Amino acid sequence: MRTVELSLRHELISLAGVVERNVYLVKRYIWWDIAFFLWTVANTLTIVFIAKGIEAGGGTIDVNRVTTQLLIGAVIWAYLGIIFEVLTETVAWERWEGTIEYTFMAPLSRPVHLFGMGLFAIVFGLIRAGLLFAVVAFFFDLSMPRANFLAALLVLVVASISFIGIGMMTAVLPLISPEKGTQLGFVAQGLLLVVSGVYYSVEVLPQWMQWIATISPATYALDGIRDAIIGGDGAGRMWDEIWPLLVIGAVSIPLGLWVFNRGEMYAKRHGKLKRSG
Amino acid sequence: MLDTAGRTTTELSLKVPAGVPAVEVVELRKEFLRRNKQGGRFRNRRRRVPALKGLTFTMERGETVAILGQNGSGKSTLVRLLSTLLLHDGGSAHVFGHDVFRDSRAVRRLVNRVSVEASFFKKMSSAENLSYAARFYGFSPGETRDRIPEILGRVGFPADRRSEPMEALSRGMQQKVALARALLTSPVLLLLDEPTTGLDPRSKLEVQTFIREIRDSHDSTILLCTHDLAEAESLADRIGILDRGELLALEPVEDLKRRFGGGTLEEAFFSATGRSFEEETSEDDEEREVFA
Repeated sequence: MRTVELSLRHELISLAGVVERNVYLVKRYIWWDIAFFLWTVANTLTIVFIAKGIEAGGGTIDVNRVTTQLLIGAVIWAYLGIIFEVLTETVAWERWEGTIEYTFMAPLSRPVHLFGMGLFAIVFGLIRAGLLFAVVAFFFDLSMPRANFLAALLVLVVASISFIGIGMMTAVLPLISPEKGTQLGFVAQGLLLVVSGVYYSVEVLPQWMQWIATISPATYALDGIRDAIIGGDGAGRMWDEIWPLLVIGAVSIPLGLWVFNRGEMYAKRHGKLKRSG
Repeated sequence: MLDTAGRTTTELSLKVPAGVPAVEVVELRKEFLRRNKQGGRFRNRRRRVPALKGLTFTMERGETVAILGQNGSGKSTLVRLLSTLLLHDGGSAHVFGHDVFRDSRAVRRLVNRVSVEASFFKKMSSAENLSYAARFYGFSPGETRDRIPEILGRVGFPADRRSEPMEALSRGMQQKVALARALLTSPVLLLLDEPTTGLDPRSKLEVQTFIREIRDSHDSTILLCTHDLAEAESLADRIGILDRGELLALEPVEDLKRRFGGGTLEEAFFSATGRSFEEETSEDDEEREVFA
């Protein structure tokens, strides 16, 4: 029993260590983060203004509704970008700094390592997504009288479990291919959102893309969040989105850990677990 | 006796079984795949380049062993295998009775290393780098609060520079922090991979003095890989000569000199390997070095 307690204590301290390190990095790179946030705000505005542009061009749309719909898509895109970026940095940043060998030879279990990165990514991503939503919404004086933000947050947190699982799979890419791995992570993020109806309804996609959409957690996350913010649905009416997310999460997390483990073994066999790759 | 983190040997004995060698390596082999250099239709074929060719040696607890070898001799491959960063292609390696490849988690708790590159998050301070690294070894904030300033003080790191980013520190300073990081986790096996290479004479002397202090006063076994002959001679109980992946000898320095002839370690090395220490490395050595 004492051994189990000590082991659990070690894992929790290690998990906190991963989060602690990322907090230090945010603190030290705060101006870089601010600059990146401002870029994201500008990028989001270019997308969200599309609704007003259509109206100005003579189109007849519910500007408030479409603007909110686009805003949600852009915020989820930015959120997912942070999740994938942080998880991909599990290897990429460590390699860049040269610390990869020290981290991977520490008695830190890989699931704890990856969950630590995921936990930080979720917390950091949620704070950033909340700020982004508030800042951009302010520009448009949006009216969201029925919005249920708590239900939207619930869906996003549940979806994040699946995002972390997929992120683990992309995190291994820089380990296998030091030159191209990070970019492949961005490709995965883009593909996930394209099929998930990030700025449009999934129904407009070709049939084969719609099939892929059914196994993408982003599809259910976007649907659920839009229902909560635009339709005012409460947590009790989110089950249609929650259960697929739980199922995808239950598959993607073990699969993500397995893929990362295989990638790590490959890197160890071929001498790629080092600073220069 | 206290270990490097101030724990008693009784506490330590919980994780280090008595009566087993600190390191036991038997017929250890490692090869890497290398793309053919020649052009033509076979250019994309890969061939195996041996980095370690059946290494066998034992280190006793508390012993300091230096492995001498040129670039590409396999020193770093050996350190990386014992650090659990590489998988082997044959043979076995045990650290305090734990199989390095099957029970790597247990080995990681016992081992730490200092390599030629200090390797830190450059924007983070020394205290921050040490703090998160200690967490990975299960040390809580309460345990490191006093311990980090103390250990930084012991390696001669100025107290007023603890919050400066690592990138603002000299290489000598960074290497001291690397030593502090390794010692903070109380390793019973310390792997030093060219820890003084590239340091100015003063920093080199300070780092060597601290290694000597660890050797003399703590319960650590030290494997020092270096191509600094004087460093090996002054710090090690035994010296091994590693040449192109083969361990030619592992003996006390006087025995090496007697066996291979010559009054100096350099002459003994020359006699054992058939080439001088400064001699240009061959193409094969360069290929091995790629993976070192």
